[in-house]
Amino acid sequence: MTKKCRFGALLVPTRRICLPSVVGVLATIQTFVLDGVCARPVRVEVDVHRGLPVFSLVGLPDTAVREARERARAAVTNCGFEFPLKRIVANLAPASLRKAGPGLDLAIAAALLVASDQLALGKLPRLAMVGELALDGAVRPVPGVLAIAEEARERGLEAIVVPAENGPEAALAEGIEVIGLESLGQLEALATGGWVPARPQPMPLQLDPGVSGPDLCDLRGQRHLRYALEVAAAGGHSLLMVGPPGAGKSLAASRLPSILPPLAVGEALEVARIASACGRLGENGVGGRPFRAPHHTVSPAGLVGGGNPPRPGEVTLAHRGVLFLDELCEFHRDALEALRAPLESGWVSVVRAGASRRLPCRFMLVAASNPCPCGRGEGDPECECTPLAVRRYQARLSGALADRIDVLVAIRQPGAGEIGGPPGEPSSPVRERVATARARQEERLGPGRCNAEMTPGEARECALDDEAAALLAESYSRRRLSGRSHDRVLRLARTVADLAGSQAIGREQMARALQLRRRDAE
Amino acid sequence: MRAPEACPDCLRRSRLLAHLAPYIEKIATGAPGARSPELLRLSSEELAAAAAPKVADQVLARVAAVPERRLFAELQGALCWACCRHDSWYPAGLADAADAPWALIGRGDPALLGRLRPDAAVTVVGARRATTYGREVARDVGRELAAAGLVVISGLAFGIDSCAHRGALEAGLTVAVLGCGADVAYPAAHRSLWRQICEAGLVVSELPPGTGVWRWTFPARNRIMAALAGMTIVIEAARRSGSLITADLAADLGRDLGAVPGPVNSRASAGANDLLAGGACLVRDAQDVLDAMLGPGARGVERVGPRLDERLLSALVALEAGEETCDAIAAALDLDGAEAAEALATLEALGYVRCSLVGTYSRTLLAAPDI
Repeated sequence: MTKKCRFGALLVPTRRICLPSVVGVLATIQTFVLDGVCARPVRVEVDVHRGLPVFSLVGLPDTAVREARERARAAVTNCGFEFPLKRIVANLAPASLRKAGPGLDLAIAAALLVASDQLALGKLPRLAMVGELALDGAVRPVPGVLAIAEEARERGLEAIVVPAENGPEAALAEGIEVIGLESLGQLEALATGGWVPARPQPMPLQLDPGVSGPDLCDLRGQRHLRYALEVAAAGGHSLLMVGPPGAGKSLAASRLPSILPPLAVGEALEVARIASACGRLGENGVGGRPFRAPHHTVSPAGLVGGGNPPRPGEVTLAHRGVLFLDELCEFHRDALEALRAPLESGWVSVVRAGASRRLPCRFMLVAASNPCPCGRGEGDPECECTPLAVRRYQARLSGALADRIDVLVAIRQPGAGEIGGPPGEPSSPVRERVATARARQEERLGPGRCNAEMTPGEARECALDDEAAALLAESYSRRRLSGRSHDRVLRLARTVADLAGSQAIGREQMARALQLRRRDAE
Repeated sequence: MRAPEACPDCLRRSRLLAHLAPYIEKIATGAPGARSPELLRLSSEELAAAAAPKVADQVLARVAAVPERRLFAELQGALCWACCRHDSWYPAGLADAADAPWALIGRGDPALLGRLRPDAAVTVVGARRATTYGREVARDVGRELAAAGLVVISGLAFGIDSCAHRGALEAGLTVAVLGCGADVAYPAAHRSLWRQICEAGLVVSELPPGTGVWRWTFPARNRIMAALAGMTIVIEAARRSGSLITADLAADLGRDLGAVPGPVNSRASAGANDLLAGGACLVRDAQDVLDAMLGPGARGVERVGPRLDERLLSALVALEAGEETCDAIAAALDLDGAEAAEALATLEALGYVRCSLVGTYSRTLLAAPDI
């Protein structure tokens, strides 16, 4: 009755169940499923015992997971192993967690091999496995491997087996052995020590956008817009551009990531983790800060995240980068309203019946709009928009979301001389100035923080010289600034002063900030 | 001081108008020649017979049956006061009109009625669909007239009306004349403006509280506006507009008529320009209005701003030449974006320019010393 057991530390347990007529062998393997942008641990337990040949899978699997049975069966036989003609029960623990995706295939097949005594992982360190199987046994890539590898490390595992294609991505996680597997058949060589895999070369982390990205020199003329972009980038302030179609709003927005300071390593890992969870890592070859420009028909769930189970939305994909909303007034009102809390907090909580997730979304908001529904602007004699239509249109520019936008730039069609003129200043010198200004902010506020994130208390502590204070007071009464606007002007002025390298905010810096600040509706 | 009073008969007339409103709507807007102010000249019986021949007696009987106490209780409930043509508070200007309302119902401090004299009040009317130019002028004229001690009367509508009210609220007294009950904020988008005027000025109407708007009530409201003021100013009116009806009514009453010129190729200003061609007083700023009403040089308007340095002056000149964005100013003066932003912010703080919700700049009426 007894079998020789060869289970190692992780495959803890061979628990032999001795019943009068049934002998079962149990194997467990650690794996992970992706939940939003982070990983949750799952243990695969496979029990093989005598009985009618059945392969059942329990533990709240979704359809893709349930189909793993068929993939595992084919992969096992096609790799030269034997598929046991016994009663096989695979359990996914914890049973209360809903499991989704094909990433459990590899762990199920491996546990099956261990349980049927064809594979012994005893010599290997404590490890986890993740990967999708093809019918021929090849291991296919899965999303979210970076988050999974990091979570495995946090849980004290020593190694993780991932699809070979995901190896470079998983290798970004330090402090855990990464084994890139191409085929299920390699497991045997791995277990016996016949194959000693090398650690995959980690994927290079793109900290800045590199030379191939769009460059600010394409923006010709538009001096004021250039200045506004520089200030917005330097302080992380949100920006609204208003102007006729074709004046260069989208062009300017797409150039914004190129003047933002390079990502810190920790930030780049956050970006990579989100990209990996959404299966987008390596998709944009240039890397650096993300730039997301959802179409204006986007739903609230698409924008901030949603669905069941909740999936990250555009704001999360834009984490540490730029979210560009072209035609701001055309967006659904509820989608824009949904943006308010994430903008303030840098987090979005997506709660659905089965799950609640907190997704990171610290992004810079850039929006563009036409001045009226026809786009020509009220000053244009051709504009036929009725006052009510213009009111309705512009009301969206003064709603609660717009209240959180700092910088407003009015854009006009550039003149023929400017369009045909020399290219503008390229991104790199601008980026250097921005990085210098950011460095001053971090010195004052702490690492990773910028002026746009100053609390009202911090904003009011900014040193002002007398003339600047007088100018602010004058504008406060003349323009009837709200309290919120007052603080936002201070933050903007602080950024302008950081760009100029001055300690206290001077009169001219205050004037520039006041000009850039969005006007309040009357 | 005695509060304004109204006799029950005059209040019943207001009530009759409210009851007949749907009938008057039919005949006043159905027949092209029939204008509501002419109907309102008729006595109550004639009016009922003309507007609703079939139910005239019933309506008259119903209005007559309303008890006095209820008439006054309704006024009080809506926080309104009333002042009828037999009361000494009744504005003198209205008495000139043959079709004057029998009672004026209003909100706000009734003591301000004493300032509503034709020689100290100006009506500002104009397009609802106004351009930035028109709105700027309306606001500046409204503010400066109010600052000079005149009462600025307008109709709370979109465009010119609301800008004139807002300008006047900044500096003095303004009166809104409504085509609905005085306790009804119409248009609803102007509720906060309506509330401000209730607090700092007067809102008046000839209709009882709670009455809604009808198409005919607007020309009817216009006749009150024309009669209350010594001068009516038209800012931006197209050729067939309600503002021109007000101008006609004012001219019929022998009041002064003024108009602000607009671009000759602008449809929005065509009616105002026609008025000027027909001999209306040219209004470039509040001073022109003061000269016309009080005699040349009788009272001045303080309109000259502080002295500007060379760069600000050139930015102001560029703005006057038609550039309206910060970027255009930068390109015109060859400044970088930051310098242009600084110049415009300074000009805005000094009151020379104003920035719109969408970031375009326009010139205010404040004159610079060196231009």
